[in-house]
Amino acid sequence: MTLVTGAMLASDALTSGPISTITPLHQSPIPHAEVVRLLAAWTDDGRADDLTEHEERYGRLPSLLPGRGVRRHLLIDSVRRAGLRGRGGAGFPTAEKLTAVAAAKGRAVVVANGCEGDPTSSKDHTLMQLAPHLVLDGIAVACYAVDAADAVLCLHQGSPALEPMRAALAQRRDPVPVTIAEVPPRYVASESSALVNFLTTGAALPTTGPRAAERGVKGRPTLVDNVETLAHLALIARYGDEWFREAGTQQSPGSTLLTIGGAVTWPGVYEVEYGIPISDALELAGGESESLQAVAVGGLGGTWLPVSVADELPLTHEDFAALGLPLGIPSIVALPAQACGVAETARVLRYLAHESAGQCGPCMFGLPAVAEDFALLAAGRRDRELLDRLERRLGVVPGRGACSHPDAAIGFAASALSAFADDVRAHAAGRPCRWAAQQPWMPLPEEAA
Amino acid sequence: MDQALWFASRGTGLVSLLLLTATVVLGAEHAGRTAGARWPRFTVHAVHRNLSLLSLAFLAVHVGTAVADSYAGIRVVDAFLPFVSAYKPLYLGLGAVALDLMLALLITSALRTRVPLAAWQWLHRAAYAMWPLAVVHGIGAGGKDSNLLWVQALNVICVAAVLVVVWRRLADRRRTPAPMAVTARLPRQRTGAHSREKAFVR
Amino acid sequence: MSRYTGPSISVDPIACTAHGLCAELLPEIIELDEWGYPILADGPVPPALRAQAKAAARACPTLALKLSRG
Repeated sequence: MTLVTGAMLASDALTSGPISTITPLHQSPIPHAEVVRLLAAWTDDGRADDLTEHEERYGRLPSLLPGRGVRRHLLIDSVRRAGLRGRGGAGFPTAEKLTAVAAAKGRAVVVANGCEGDPTSSKDHTLMQLAPHLVLDGIAVACYAVDAADAVLCLHQGSPALEPMRAALAQRRDPVPVTIAEVPPRYVASESSALVNFLTTGAALPTTGPRAAERGVKGRPTLVDNVETLAHLALIARYGDEWFREAGTQQSPGSTLLTIGGAVTWPGVYEVEYGIPISDALELAGGESESLQAVAVGGLGGTWLPVSVADELPLTHEDFAALGLPLGIPSIVALPAQACGVAETARVLRYLAHESAGQCGPCMFGLPAVAEDFALLAAGRRDRELLDRLERRLGVVPGRGACSHPDAAIGFAASALSAFADDVRAHAAGRPCRWAAQQPWMPLPEEAA
Repeated sequence: MDQALWFASRGTGLVSLLLLTATVVLGAEHAGRTAGARWPRFTVHAVHRNLSLLSLAFLAVHVGTAVADSYAGIRVVDAFLPFVSAYKPLYLGLGAVALDLMLALLITSALRTRVPLAAWQWLHRAAYAMWPLAVVHGIGAGGKDSNLLWVQALNVICVAAVLVVVWRRLADRRRTPAPMAVTARLPRQRTGAHSREKAFVR
Repeated sequence: MSRYTGPSISVDPIACTAHGLCAELLPEIIELDEWGYPILADGPVPPALRAQAKAAARACPTLALKLSRG
């Protein structure tokens, strides 16, 4: 049994306020316990804290005096030792981003990415509804670390997190003002260069060009971070890097919010520590609701893994990298045996093709072509050239667009060919499985259904 | 001698019109991605560029001889500043505007790698405005020559060529293949996805 | 690991609108996919092709093809 303690004294160099409190956490029969750090408020009484309760629970944020270069440096060092990695899917080391932005010339901007464009993931808007002050603390800490003059929280139009974040913002007096920007609800709009482009020109389209850390919003050095990453940052600032590393693994430290969906008993958002095997994560969600054949990890642009591979696979960046795969958006969709992986993939590819920004040829022509091939495959259309054509196209599209949208879609398609190999062969021979016509498991926005 | 200069001017004017027409036609085709086995795209591009320079050469002679000739009293400034000439101010003026545009086109194209792309593209499209000015200038300033049958025929051919090519370009834009719409129907499925609406936090 | 030796070409995927001049001038290192967009071979441009590469970069109608400084 693992008990993970919530807090300890922050190092003297960072604190000049009251000593942080200890947060009680669960004991769970499963090793790699359900870690409670970000969702402590909800676990406690089923609702978000207001500012006072939040400060009682986690302690006040260490005093962040603006302009004190030495302390900023120490904070970033602490984050580096903690090994915090981005929680938006790419897993980029946060301390490196902070260093790059802090070192760049100009008045920095912090952009908190709460868009969560992938429909398989609910963790960000859940976090913002249940712990809005943690996210806002994180933004404040990030602003301090890079000496930012402005901060923007990006949410999709119509996001359920809009009201809670506005309400929480109204209760605070942070040194750096935070504005909320509503972003068009397109899939690629939440990509970091697209957000920067949106805030600069109003067009939510990915761009090529200098990195945001050097020249981002309106040419200013910009830090773009996922809201969950910022929430973790807020806790590291209080409790330090050693505390942070008490959960997780050496290369993927800390806890993370995971969205588990599909054929499980209790689909939802869970806070787990990195290193938890996928089978344990599914157990947390009440286990499979029917016998499974595969899981999709990493969202719509992620990877299909047959259960035999997925079961013992720990959820960490390094274990996935060892298989040549990115960990991606932290979401898992469990696909039952009585479902058709080919048809699910075909639906997802059609959606992803439709969501192309339409700026780069290989994406705007390649994705619809691959989606069409998969649709033909799902329908069991006999076409001797189909698989060859598909393989060729899968080889030609990746790496030739301005953003990773086509690469992710192609990766998803390729993983389907491998994970559902028997099915694919049957479909290609004109014998589609009988599950192809049933209600879909991969969540997609209504219009694409 | 005077007559020779005047004839030279009118002659090179006609040749310039032909060359400019060919330049515009090739330019439009190039933008429309026309390519053939013997005329790959780079060839279209290169010939278009060379024709434009050849047009400039003939235009230089056309303007030079017109100014050198004392008959109509055309000054150098009349070639660049529109509507200030004593001789046929309107038609000469149109020619001057066309010449100014032509020079702007050539200079920006020579400096294409240093000019912002959007500005270059916008200015280059002004060629479609420049060419009609040249045609009208030719018909108007040509005087009695414009009534000659073969001159009329030349004008008609030039106008027809450009009209055809412009029409093709416009039709192209309407027909531009949108990324292939995913048409193959998926197996019929009831709408609605499982997890998102039912997701809750534990 | 070979050392990097010389300029290499790259294409800006947003600017590229598949005119295809580059593939005509540099068929040894650029081929077009089925939709007319360029696929570039990896690695630096061989010395024999550098002049062609420069010409291709200058000829690109949208200036999408770029030659990095060696």
